[in-house]
Amino acid sequence: MSDYNFAYLDEQTKRMIRRAILKGLAIPGYQVPFASREMPMPYGWGTGGVQVSAATLTPDDTLKVIDQGADDTTNAVSIRKFFEKTAGVQATEETAQASVIQTRHRIPEEDLREDQILVYQVPIPEPLRFLEPSEVETRKMHSLEEYGLMHVKLYEDIAKHGAIATSYAYPVKVEGRYVMDPSPIPKFDNPKMEMAAIQLFGAGREQRIYALPPYCQVVSLDFEDYPFEASKADHACDMCGATNSYLDEVIMDDAGNRMFVCSDTDFCTSRRKAGHMGAQAAAASAALKETAA
Amino acid sequence: MTPLLKVENISKFYGRRIGCKDVNFDLYPGEVMGIVGESGSGKSTLLNCLAGFLTPETGEVLFEMRDGAMRDTVTMSEPERRMLSRTDWAFVHQHARDGLRMNVSAGGNVGERLMAVGARHYGNIREEAIDWLGRVEINETRVDDRPTQFSGGMQQRLQIARNLVTGPRLVFMDEPTGGLDVSVQARLLDLLRGLVREMGLSAIIVTHDLAVVRLLADRLMVMKDGHVVETGLTDQVLDDPQHAYTQLLVSSVLQV
Repeated sequence: MSDYNFAYLDEQTKRMIRRAILKGLAIPGYQVPFASREMPMPYGWGTGGVQVSAATLTPDDTLKVIDQGADDTTNAVSIRKFFEKTAGVQATEETAQASVIQTRHRIPEEDLREDQILVYQVPIPEPLRFLEPSEVETRKMHSLEEYGLMHVKLYEDIAKHGAIATSYAYPVKVEGRYVMDPSPIPKFDNPKMEMAAIQLFGAGREQRIYALPPYCQVVSLDFEDYPFEASKADHACDMCGATNSYLDEVIMDDAGNRMFVCSDTDFCTSRRKAGHMGAQAAAASAALKETAA
Repeated sequence: MTPLLKVENISKFYGRRIGCKDVNFDLYPGEVMGIVGESGSGKSTLLNCLAGFLTPETGEVLFEMRDGAMRDTVTMSEPERRMLSRTDWAFVHQHARDGLRMNVSAGGNVGERLMAVGARHYGNIREEAIDWLGRVEINETRVDDRPTQFSGGMQQRLQIARNLVTGPRLVFMDEPTGGLDVSVQARLLDLLRGLVREMGLSAIIVTHDLAVVRLLADRLMVMKDGHVVETGLTDQVLDDPQHAYTQLLVSSVLQV
């Protein structure tokens, strides 16, 4: 523990990042440039989110890290260990217990509270990037509120697929001003972004931080005749039976069997603890009882 | 009648070199003005100054806004100028690739300006796009194809559709027929002439091709070394050139 400054980064760096965060909160949706540091992990593994978390954590915080909703995948485990080692903060898998949650591409199913902070890992912060390669031009478009191009992308989707096929990283407009990339969360999560918790977005390679203060207005872009739809697999969770959570599709064998499970592992586990049971879990426990008897 | 565009004493220098110097002219609604001259004569510089891509050192470009007031587009704020350039102005580039989004379908290319001014109804945008593709003689079935799959002539026509969809009042064209073979050129010119007459467009066409201005332009301005050497009605200038350089230019055209 004594080998590292608290939460790995030195105090000057954390101060610089906090300034960027405050500026981001003051201008919701605006991408604030910051001097991103080299972190002991490759770009693409959440270097932006880690730096934002490092600047946000205090010794009293409880940290939760999720990767696509799960607490136990490589990215989540290694980042959680990183902060346990360098900051000595308490870690948890329970959403309600956490004060800082770093996430890769999901928003927890459980509603977040005002005393919580959600930190997103962002690969490409610029929503206009794939349509306009020039950074000079995209910045100008943001400052002049020229967002027609964003709809060209949605137009292309409908022309090609008959519906808006963008299912993640679905562009949103914040407080009627900035168009923002919500990081590659599924569009199912977009409506949840109007929440009580503070949301911080860190892009390490691209050196940008942006933020949403609590209860910020976040509107998903759409067309009048093709309205936004927060879609999910039309199924209930096979483990816990939840019908309102975002589901992962798991291929079970090569005979075409599959099951749908909550992508939020903590949500699913706590529901099962409370006695809820999905179709496949019920079948399995019935089979288990039969062999026991 | 008041002019749509009033150009006063426009000068642009590149360091100590002259881009164009002391250019004056008025453009009236519905009028097509041709600017001819050899390479390096300053005609593209002038056009870029007028369209707001370059800032001239001196002079004013007064444009009649929709409320009838004349506004200097050189000193107007950038948001206003960019708003103008996607509503009342259009710019047709010599290379269609500069004016099109090559990785966006033809329909998306035409629809972009509509969406930029606030259209948010997919069905209407698409209908309008298809209508415009028809008007520039591109088959409706190509609406979802990308411009990379189009021939050079089709790309140029698509660029014109994309520019005219918001009903601009002033069109800037930089060598619109450059790089196209003669029969495609002829069709494009025919199309342009039709659209200009039908929509009552005012246009400024920069070209080195005298046949283009003969066909399209009402008035002609001849430039040499950054200066305007002769102006007048097109037929008058081409049939009875007064300035030595214009005489040279006219007599240089190959007769077949």
